[in-house]
Amino acid sequence: MGNPLDSLTGTVVLGLIITVVMVLLVNAIGA
Amino acid sequence: MEFDSNYLMFIVRWLHVLSGVMWVGLLWYFNFVQTPTVPTIPAELRPAIPKHIMPVALFWFRWAALSTIVFGLILAYQSEYLHKALALGLTDNVSKHAAIGFGMWMGLIMAFNVWFIIWPNQQKVIGLVEASDEEKPKAARAAGLASRVNTMLSIPMLYSMVSAQNIY
Repeated sequence: MGNPLDSLTGTVVLGLIITVVMVLLVNAIGA
Repeated sequence: MEFDSNYLMFIVRWLHVLSGVMWVGLLWYFNFVQTPTVPTIPAELRPAIPKHIMPVALFWFRWAALSTIVFGLILAYQSEYLHKALALGLTDNVSKHAAIGFGMWMGLIMAFNVWFIIWPNQQKVIGLVEASDEEKPKAARAAGLASRVNTMLSIPMLYSMVSAQNIY
């Protein structure tokens, strides 16, 4: 499997995945 | 409307957004337009990119990155949540501070990439700094990957900035 950052689609999908993880973390941190 | 400290804070926010649009706009131009298009440009026209476009684009790109960070840090300080946000809201369990904090850290990583990975390597690629024929492809790969990392981070970074302002 190649580096996902070599394609624009892979880059955007990774960005969206990080966004979802971040939202979950923000909700977990917020009291 | 009063020209008071709230108005000053608004002006700093406006300058932060102006700088950020310039920075991320150029980042997306590099990744969504220039890099995919270069292979389709006739060989005799390609030198125009490193000689004429890249030096100007990289000038505005790196200074916009720095001014976005500077105005952003001033804004967070004025808003009295700089240290709470940098601690990702873990010291006070406030969602807004967690949200803006994730964005601030991603912005800081992105600006570091611009100034310490992309710019030094691009200088070799476009010939502003001397580099051997073996060094140039390695420099292009390092700059390209850092640019892709920044494009990836720009998506959650902008979510965090806008969400902290609007939904938390």
